[in-house]
Amino acid sequence: MTVEQWTYLIVGLSFALYIYIGYASRVRDTKGFYVAGRGVPPIANGAATAADWMSAASFISMAGLIATLGYDGAIYLMGWTGGYVLLALLLAPYLRKYRKFTVPDFVGDRYASQTARTLAALATIFISLVYVAGQMRGVGIVFSRFLAIDIAQGVLLGVAVTAFFAILGGMKGVTWTQAAQYTILIIAYLIPGVALAYLLTGNPIPQLAFAFSDISERLNQLQTDLGFSEYTAPFQSKSMLDVLAITGALMVGTAGLPHVIIRFYTTPDVRSARYSAFWALLFIGLLYTTAPALAMFARYNLINTLHGKPMEQVRQIDWVAKWEQTGLLKLVDKNGDGVVQFAKGKAFLEKSGKPDFNAPDRSNPNEVYLDNDIIVLSTPEVAQLAPFVIALLAAGGLAAALSTASGLLIAMSSAVAHDLYYRVFNPRAPERLRLLVGRLAMVPALFAAAYLGINPPGFVAQVVAFAFGLAASGLFPAILSGIFDRRMNAQGAIAGMVIGLGFTTVMIALMRAPQLFGAPEPYLKDFFGISAEGIGIVGMALNLITALVVSRLTPPPPAHIQEIVDSIRIPRGAGEALEE
Amino acid sequence: MKSESPLRAYWRANVRLIATLLTVWFVTAYGVSIVFAPWLNQFRLGSTPLGFWLAQQGSIYVFILLIWIYARAMDTLDRRYEVHED
Repeated sequence: MTVEQWTYLIVGLSFALYIYIGYASRVRDTKGFYVAGRGVPPIANGAATAADWMSAASFISMAGLIATLGYDGAIYLMGWTGGYVLLALLLAPYLRKYRKFTVPDFVGDRYASQTARTLAALATIFISLVYVAGQMRGVGIVFSRFLAIDIAQGVLLGVAVTAFFAILGGMKGVTWTQAAQYTILIIAYLIPGVALAYLLTGNPIPQLAFAFSDISERLNQLQTDLGFSEYTAPFQSKSMLDVLAITGALMVGTAGLPHVIIRFYTTPDVRSARYSAFWALLFIGLLYTTAPALAMFARYNLINTLHGKPMEQVRQIDWVAKWEQTGLLKLVDKNGDGVVQFAKGKAFLEKSGKPDFNAPDRSNPNEVYLDNDIIVLSTPEVAQLAPFVIALLAAGGLAAALSTASGLLIAMSSAVAHDLYYRVFNPRAPERLRLLVGRLAMVPALFAAAYLGINPPGFVAQVVAFAFGLAASGLFPAILSGIFDRRMNAQGAIAGMVIGLGFTTVMIALMRAPQLFGAPEPYLKDFFGISAEGIGIVGMALNLITALVVSRLTPPPPAHIQEIVDSIRIPRGAGEALEE
Repeated sequence: MKSESPLRAYWRANVRLIATLLTVWFVTAYGVSIVFAPWLNQFRLGSTPLGFWLAQQGSIYVFILLIWIYARAMDTLDRRYEVHED
């Protein structure tokens, strides 16, 4: 069988599985639709959370990003895992105890304020929309790379499958599909990871090979010889302050992302919410500790295979020829000596953020262009694995993108249908109507996702920083104070959210002006050395300080609100039937 | 009805536990993995510089462990203060 036939077969089977699970777990009430009937065991919820969390970018691009950044890639590794400690210790158990459906539910009730509820719902919708655009794009890219299907058709196929299990099964369908998707994506990631580790170091366990093989020494030596800084040396592309700020903003942002938080509403009790956070991070950690190993091995292997070799000979290698055709890898003989030179600097000049393959950048000797995605996508061929592994990788990339997209759809539809429609506009809506509105709310969300996937605004990657910034500076502090500060009132929380969200929005707009408004230069380079990716942590601090000061200058919250706070602090009673 | 004070004591014990674990979290992530990483890189784990290893591997293991310790410790606290379910 050819690679293409294998890919059709494995991707087809995985889609059939998702559709079957979606049909088998169809729901009839809002409790099933929004929180999977609160019947999901901790391990299953952990797997679902891991798939929900790990996006197309984590699966396909992260290892390549780390390979380029070296040590500094740790901002993503720590930033996207450390947030789960905050989530598990500070938010998840208490939000689960509150027994409601959404994040705005808690914010609105705790501060007895429709303004706070609406603000939280709008932040949820915006964050999820930004995020989902990237996922659908990822679906399209996987289809076009592996199956030569047009990106637009690929996106539509992905949207159709997601629509089926999300509309029919709501959170229940999404949860069990995500658990299946985790299984597929982790197998697809580990097989090439293990094979490459064994091939290059003789040790099949990537995490052990990372520490105990001599690859890091050899890579450092290789990099120094070629004029790069050492791979393991910190702060080569970002300052220490910026690394601290970005890591912090990504951690706090992770803990404040609505589609992640609502996963913990689906467990049967508070205890299972705590344990499912453990399982989630364990499952995420499996991929996140493999990625830096893959990054290091692949970078070593690429330099070793390409540098100093005759260009004609290199182009005979199967995977080099294949990936050069797709534009993920490009060689250019700048000095005409017929030998590949790997060096510091860009191989090609850039045109609107993309390399222009007709215009070699002659200011440096580097003759190799590498796209971040190639590190993961090329491993099966580099490690000479059977064609079905390449097919599995395609299915894994799709699983990562679809699982994240479906979690985001639930978060968006619940913010529209439950928080805005039912809690703000029509509190008397009967159960059946609420379920119908919940399902209908997915349709515009799906259309938006499809549109943004097919016509991606140039700034999708840039505004992901925005999603984390808003989650960190708006939602996280409001929830945190709601649980840990009994004295926090509506005035304080709203003032904090307005200041935090406002500051972060303005800063990101100023720093990302070229991508957002096409300005020739950013209006602001950085904020005292902190870049747009890390600014959310400053926004969060401003939010907390403002909220604290304003709340102490205004009257304390009423007694019944303080009772809510007392009750969510105690696990007992989380399973009771007192649902909205 | 239980009196107020055992529940207060339960919450205080919980907050103390959270503070302890988050201190470890903070030192792991921002201390040894970032601020002291250049200095720690003179030592090696296996053949890999220690600061680099902590930032790209070790810290993640610590995070996983911290959540597990919290879940276990809270099982004990919940039972001691009789606020557990079932």
